[in-house]
Amino acid sequence: MIFSRFLRYWMIVRVLEVQKELLEMDCKKLRDEISAGRVRSVSATEAVFRAIEKNEPVIGAYISTFKEQALACASDIDARIGAGEQAGKLAGVPVAIKDNMCTTFGATTCASRILENFQSPYNATVVEKLLAADAVIVGKTNMDEFAMGSSTENSGLKQTVNPWDKSRVPGGSSGGSAAAVAGRMCFGALGSDTGGSIRQPASFCGVVGLKPTYGRVSRFGLVAYGSSLDQIGTITRTTSDAALMMNVIAGHDPADSTSVGEDMAPVGDYLEKIDEPIEGLKVGVVPAFNAGADKGVQKAITEALEVYKKVGAEVIEVDMPHLDYAIAAYYVIATAEASSNLARYDGVHYGHRTKHAGDYVEVYTKSRAEAFGKEVKRRIMLGTYALSSGYYDAYYLKALKVRNLIRGDFSKAFEKCDCIMMPVSPTTAFKIGEKVDDPLKMYLSDIYTIAANLAGIPAISIPCGLDEHNLPIGLQILSPAFSEAKLLQIARMFESQTDWHKKRPPMIE
Amino acid sequence: MNKLQYKVLVGLEIHVQLCTKTKMFCGCALEFGAAANSRVCPICLGMPGVLPVMNGQAFEYAILAATALNCEIAEFTKWDRKSYYYPDLPKNYQISQYDLPFSSNGFIEIPVESERTKKIRITRVHLEEDAGKNLHSSGNFSQVDLNRAGTPLLEIVTEPDMNTAAEVRALAVELQRIVRYLGVSEADMQKGHMRFEPNVNLVISRDAKEYKTPIVEIKNLNSFRALERSIEYEIQRQLDEFLETGRVMEVGNKSTRGWDDVKEVTFLQREKEEAHDYRYFPDPDLVPVKVDSRWLAKINSGLCELPIKKQVRYVSQYKLSEYDAGVLTAERTTAEFFEQALSAGGEAKRLCNLLTQVGLKLANEKGCGVAELGITAESVAELAKMINEGTINASAGDTIMREMVKTSKGPQKLAEELNLIQKSDAGELEIIVEQVLAENPKAVDDVKSGDKKGKKALGFLLGQVMQKTKGQANPKVVSGILSRKLS
Repeated sequence: MIFSRFLRYWMIVRVLEVQKELLEMDCKKLRDEISAGRVRSVSATEAVFRAIEKNEPVIGAYISTFKEQALACASDIDARIGAGEQAGKLAGVPVAIKDNMCTTFGATTCASRILENFQSPYNATVVEKLLAADAVIVGKTNMDEFAMGSSTENSGLKQTVNPWDKSRVPGGSSGGSAAAVAGRMCFGALGSDTGGSIRQPASFCGVVGLKPTYGRVSRFGLVAYGSSLDQIGTITRTTSDAALMMNVIAGHDPADSTSVGEDMAPVGDYLEKIDEPIEGLKVGVVPAFNAGADKGVQKAITEALEVYKKVGAEVIEVDMPHLDYAIAAYYVIATAEASSNLARYDGVHYGHRTKHAGDYVEVYTKSRAEAFGKEVKRRIMLGTYALSSGYYDAYYLKALKVRNLIRGDFSKAFEKCDCIMMPVSPTTAFKIGEKVDDPLKMYLSDIYTIAANLAGIPAISIPCGLDEHNLPIGLQILSPAFSEAKLLQIARMFESQTDWHKKRPPMIE
Repeated sequence: MNKLQYKVLVGLEIHVQLCTKTKMFCGCALEFGAAANSRVCPICLGMPGVLPVMNGQAFEYAILAATALNCEIAEFTKWDRKSYYYPDLPKNYQISQYDLPFSSNGFIEIPVESERTKKIRITRVHLEEDAGKNLHSSGNFSQVDLNRAGTPLLEIVTEPDMNTAAEVRALAVELQRIVRYLGVSEADMQKGHMRFEPNVNLVISRDAKEYKTPIVEIKNLNSFRALERSIEYEIQRQLDEFLETGRVMEVGNKSTRGWDDVKEVTFLQREKEEAHDYRYFPDPDLVPVKVDSRWLAKINSGLCELPIKKQVRYVSQYKLSEYDAGVLTAERTTAEFFEQALSAGGEAKRLCNLLTQVGLKLANEKGCGVAELGITAESVAELAKMINEGTINASAGDTIMREMVKTSKGPQKLAEELNLIQKSDAGELEIIVEQVLAENPKAVDDVKSGDKKGKKALGFLLGQVMQKTKGQANPKVVSGILSRKLS
């Protein structure tokens, strides 16, 4: 009797240990184990849902989860592997996607009440690609409404907290994806980045966030915020996982005219050379620009640069005279595009419709007034104003000129160096509510990330330290368009020399 | 009181639906009359996350049309969003072209009076997507049919170069003929493939001073008749209004009027030009289009001689009447059939008669084109030759043409089968002529007397010969014999 009880207890402990071990694997390792038949996708998926049961009530990373569907998908993959079939690049790996990517299963809400019950009739191209690679989609993650925000506090549906400190924000707008990855509630996730929405939450949550070159990943099925800036990317625990996921989602899509063809820039295999360090790496820095960050952040960046120097990199100063205007230009261009992109949410064809309309004009005004959040309304108004006749030249056209100057700054800089390094964010994760009533302050927290979107170049955030509150700090690396493979190699150089990416949030320990 | 001198100024904005297989930015079929909302997809419904992809065929059709309208084709053109809220516009913006249309600065030649054409300048031609349709049935609600949403539309804007309602009509008809010739639009008025919005005003001279009446835009006219009648009405209305109020054009007093097809009057829709702010900006979802010379050459291989040029050439080169030339050039296939028959050796006037008097009539009955009657241009040319050479007479020619369509047999064979070949053998005819002369001494005398009766009597004798030969005698040969015998 006592023995059998002990046995049962021991077995449960063992199962939990195995699950914990499983959850600490990276995507690549897990994929290899599942493909080889040594680990079942069902076990990995169950482990993820156990973690969700445990951590989600605190973290609140997901808007929806698909336990049954995910387990069925996992067991199907297990069966196919058992039958000797070759499985996809993400065979059986449980992943999450931001809730602004369209799926035929579940709702696609953009964390907005206007789309709260919206059911998409089609899958986004990236979703199709994940499914074709045999990934197991466990859920859709929380975000700032329509990806407008830097803390996920603008979600119209729920609050997500930072797994490192539940009194703090996870960053945004892909806060749910970053928190889910950091909280071991998935192995990797997709986010979208319009002005830093992948990199900043990745840095706040101590994980890796990659925003690819504009046009590298199809936007078809990504609910648009700022179309000329939006780009889907990855949030993972390691750089090689970012490479693996990029191998799945990158490439031309005939359904997206702005996605770049293979003839112009071949995709290649991002994993192939990731462990090869770049010989004679030249790192560009903009010291004056970095000086705006918190002391702790600056210290971590300086130390990170030392790590690169130690492995033979040369650090040089580059001049980026127009970076100071990035935020201003961004908030004109992004909001102008948003004001037009969000015009379709009008209560006529789908989504929230007011119950109090007297005529069709009121269907528009009341539906939109009732269901859009404050920040979304603010940006629609900003953008509408910027595009109004008489103001177009002074705002939108001017912003486009600034954008060109910033692009020019980068191309000049990249003549001298392979990449540019800077902080991701001037601060580490801030307190919930700290900036919510001061939009301008919130906008300024995007200062380091916005330039990459304006220039359309790839940028990555990797963990590079912890501040005095034990909060993660991110190092941002930016590189020329379509140089993701090299960017990942550069990031991997740091990762292989340090343990920051192995640090886990206290609640996971 | 002096009669008022005035000049009419009309500029046109025309929307022409292109006849591509699919819509402008998605793969939905273009189909008229399909069940409401059955030709739609997430893209033309403006669902979240969708992206437009340009229909290359539509762009090529547009270039072809603009080239035919003598426009300059831009090497670089882009797409813009035009924002306004309306339930038939799912995205609440229309993808259109604003400051960089793909073509501009052209002209169209229209027929004005006999053998003369007039050049009407074209400001610009651009491409855009159509909206859906709001259906107002019963009850206190409206429904939306989005089958039409996303249909490729060519927007053509002219300068105010037309001075009469008839000229405006002529332009509309000519444009219809051109786009049909090029095969870029069915230009079917019943299906709303062409919609017109004229801008009308008058320049009135009084007491050595000029007064311009406020510009009126008449919205959404979709027949030639409505176009012409509404302008005629508007000219008179503006004249009356000026006499009554003296109101002249000012900044912002352009108004918009609708056309009541039943009462045949225009009615006020919007008094003052509303400060419409469409907030145009470049569509970030679409890449600009660059047109290089190679692509242009490929597209322009679809060009052909324009109908108006053909019509003028038919009159001068083949001496056809204005009317006949117009009929032959109304459809490209008819003109091409005619020209094929010409090069097969048919004579123009004869071919023209066969085609316009028999061919087109039959084609109309069958609801098809002349080229689809199942007869070849070569066989029609042969028939024309037979008539001209006197093998058969003209009315036999018409009969044979009909039979050709019915039976697909050749003209020679039919002439024989139907016994329609004329008797031209002089020896054989001479015997018959002698018989007739012997039977009609009075008429012979009349002819010989040479007075007025003579001509009539000659005709009578010819008729007698024809009767005896059951109409098969070649009248030319018979007249020859008669005049020889009676001189």
